[in-house]
Amino acid sequence: MQEPGQAYAEFVKGLWKENPVFVAVLGMCPTLAVTNSAVNALAMSAATFFVLVGSSFLISLLRNVIPRQVRISSYIIVIATFVTVADFTLEALAPDVHRELGAFIALIVVNCIILGRQEAFASKNRLLPSLADAAGMGLGFGLALFALGSLREILGNGSFFGISLFGPHFEPWVIMILPPGGFLMLGALLLVFGVVKQKRLEASRERERKAA
Amino acid sequence: MSETGQLFWILMSAMVINNFTLSYFLGLCPFFGVSGRVDTAFRLGLANIFVMVITSLCASVLNIFILPHAPYLRLISFIVVIASTVQFVEMVIRKLSPALFRALGIFLPLITTNCAILALALFQTNRGYGVVEGVVFAVGAGAGLLLALVLMAGLRVEADLSDIPKTAKGTAMNLLIAGILSLAFMGFAGLFSGSA
Repeated sequence: MQEPGQAYAEFVKGLWKENPVFVAVLGMCPTLAVTNSAVNALAMSAATFFVLVGSSFLISLLRNVIPRQVRISSYIIVIATFVTVADFTLEALAPDVHRELGAFIALIVVNCIILGRQEAFASKNRLLPSLADAAGMGLGFGLALFALGSLREILGNGSFFGISLFGPHFEPWVIMILPPGGFLMLGALLLVFGVVKQKRLEASRERERKAA
Repeated sequence: MSETGQLFWILMSAMVINNFTLSYFLGLCPFFGVSGRVDTAFRLGLANIFVMVITSLCASVLNIFILPHAPYLRLISFIVVIASTVQFVEMVIRKLSPALFRALGIFLPLITTNCAILALALFQTNRGYGVVEGVVFAVGAGAGLLLALVLMAGLRVEADLSDIPKTAKGTAMNLLIAGILSLAFMGFAGLFSGSA
């Protein structure tokens, strides 16, 4: 397969078909913990994207140097380095957001999406496909986080990026920005996707039966 | 507030009010992955308490001796030291008490790279807990995880036996159950409002 075509395929699959949150249900801790507003979700996505692409870049270059027996510990040290960089950068650029996200930026180290991509992809592939894969997965993760964060902020606070949407008479659905709202919202989204998938499956089966 | 009262407050706060799983969303992988049966969930919870206490001690040692000189090494040193200490203790237990190892051993590697463990070390550092406070905090947080895991396992066993629409089975249903459980735990928030 030629390089650009493959890279494009690796990039696109992370956005929807193999979306790390909605399909693989990985990285749940940050997904639910920081999505109580759209801004927090964006900051978290950006930090994760940086760490994912950075460590995929380094590990793909080093894939023939790292001995197999100690690969997991090496990956973790590479990831932890990038997370430390992201943590300090965010603290310098946006101290308010950093305070709100608290320890969760540091906890990107143990996000299973990142280690999973290194083990499953970057350690076996050339630089370009690895970068495409990491960027796709990072964007897919960001997409899911942003969707959850926006929905929860709109329902639970009546605002979007801090701008009030419905005027003073809106009664906010406070539970949505509290912890239970995270579980309930993601559960509801997965339920909707499940129903849509089921409908599509039935429709395609129907078509096959008619064709036959 | 007295010294013991303070420790008791840390314990209860970590256990029910700010439950690691249900209000901080930490340790969700085992929460959804291993909560299929009640007895497995119980043993995983016990192993969790054990690892958390070791973690807390490691973090205290690192905080006192190393990190004041090199704060940028915090994350890396936490991960490396905690992982290797747990592995070491695992080997010691295997030699000294094979029965205990059989009960808890298989879970130890799974737990070590869990976000709840790293978060415990980070929270303890951020809040400036000393050695004793740290251990109490670890026991409380571990007991909270145990509680959440066992409750979740019990509910899931019930859910498996009842008639649920096919599309809702699996992750979506588990998330909704967890949401309701988390809602119930919010009731504990008023427990200490007077004394805090």
